[in-house]
Amino acid sequence: MSALSPAPTEPHVDSLSTPASGLMKFDQRRGSPAARAWNDFCETRQLWRLGVMLGWLDIKLRYRGSALGPFWLTITSVLMVASMGVLYGRLFHQDLKVYLPFLALSLTLWQTGLASLVQESCTSFLDADSMIRSSRLPLLLQAVRVVVRNAIVFGHNIIVPIGVFALYHVWPGASALLAIPSLLLWGIDGFAASMLLGALCARFRDIPPIVGALMQIVFYVTPVIWQPEQLAGKARFLLYNPFYALLEIVRAPLLGHVPSAGVWGVAVGTSAVFCALAIWVFVRVRARLVFWI
Amino acid sequence: MTHIRLENLSLSFPVLHGASRSLKKTLLVRAKATVTKPASVGGRMRLGAAASDAVLVQALSGLTFQIEGGERVGLIGHNGAGKSTLLRVLAGIYETTDGVLDIEGDSHALIDPQSGMNPELTGRENLHLFACRMGVAKEHIAGLEADVEAFAELGPFFDLPVRLYSSGMGIRLGFALATVPRPSILLMDEWFMAGDQRFQDKAKNRMEGMVDAAEILVVTSHSLPVLRKWCTRILWMEGGQVRMDGPTQTVLDAYEASLA
Repeated sequence: MSALSPAPTEPHVDSLSTPASGLMKFDQRRGSPAARAWNDFCETRQLWRLGVMLGWLDIKLRYRGSALGPFWLTITSVLMVASMGVLYGRLFHQDLKVYLPFLALSLTLWQTGLASLVQESCTSFLDADSMIRSSRLPLLLQAVRVVVRNAIVFGHNIIVPIGVFALYHVWPGASALLAIPSLLLWGIDGFAASMLLGALCARFRDIPPIVGALMQIVFYVTPVIWQPEQLAGKARFLLYNPFYALLEIVRAPLLGHVPSAGVWGVAVGTSAVFCALAIWVFVRVRARLVFWI
Repeated sequence: MTHIRLENLSLSFPVLHGASRSLKKTLLVRAKATVTKPASVGGRMRLGAAASDAVLVQALSGLTFQIEGGERVGLIGHNGAGKSTLLRVLAGIYETTDGVLDIEGDSHALIDPQSGMNPELTGRENLHLFACRMGVAKEHIAGLEADVEAFAELGPFFDLPVRLYSSGMGIRLGFALATVPRPSILLMDEWFMAGDQRFQDKAKNRMEGMVDAAEILVVTSHSLPVLRKWCTRILWMEGGQVRMDGPTQTVLDAYEASLA
């Protein structure tokens, strides 16, 4: 019935002919947009190794040809912390022994944590355009990729504050463990940001610069280089800034404090609303995303 | 049972360009449209918003057909007739809620020779990425590497970034990777016809092994001899619709007659 001559086939790897291979089963692609988005999520969960690999390769590529690799970032951070620490310590009349560990941790958490997650999530889908257009892969894989990539960079940079802590013999103690669930929350928020900002930025190309400009403002109004205590009695207004709460739930434990219930509440509450918004938008636009990129 | 069934399937997509890409301009236009009443010209035509509105392309409209296991279907038609779009819908890359798409069986699409490859990564790294995507077990990767390396004949280029490859090398690597899986539904775009004569001869065997193993083949091509040789049925697409559907000989003769 086939018009083909039964030509001898080239030797070929049999391992892929097994049903365990990554070929797509189609019956998963039916139902409402929400059901399809859920399938996207489930497939992403199955392919998490691929997401991790993509994130890792991104980092490898970024620093290909440089002997120090991602540690270039570490060096930049050291220089930045050292110069800013001396300058702002003087400007704010701070004791370097207290201020430098705070600044080192703060800057690292902001730059390679929150700010970089927000900025990179904008291009989560745009960066993977050829991959998305040419093969059938779950879209949320790209969100995993963004989070993994940021986690790797973060891991290289967290050395800087640890070094400063060692230098000044400051240790946070057991409260540091509280930073673990907080970092997980960052990961979830980063995933949601990749869904929401990634989708919006694919549609409207002027959003990434807008986000960049806004994050610059947020950097100055959030206590990253200055300390909340410097606001004296007005520090309670900081709770209206969700970035403060998100930063504080990681920073405070690492500085040996336990964040207040209010800070936790704002951080978790904002994250919940943000995730809900991200899911809502993603479910609505998922099928159209491929035409936007 | 492996099959593909389409019922009244349509697909339209936006083509975004210029101002429609800008949030600022889109918002401005929307705001303007609510403030100033749209100027009415004759019937119900609206002016003003059109400049920034995305163009909506009706790529497929009202497709209804069924492909059973064992069929080898060729898609022909002019450029822009919807062949590649249909292939992407069948591959699950484009989704539509307009109509019924019912596919039974695992599918693999050869849409583009660089499919999912990262041009900055080396050939070997791309192979590992591909293996990870396809869920190849660790112990089989070495075998896969040897197989692809031998077929693609890249030599030392295998460990250089793919962007440095000549187009022929890129196609050889893409082809070698894309032809590894053994799906029951195989969807192919015409790119695999590319390459020089030597490559074509070499690729033939590898391709035929894959096509033989598949229960359903859907292939787009402008090459009538290839379609005559491989297909049992031809779908002639025009303007996103099926113009003619039938046995290879009948449809291709009619197609040729229309070209003459």
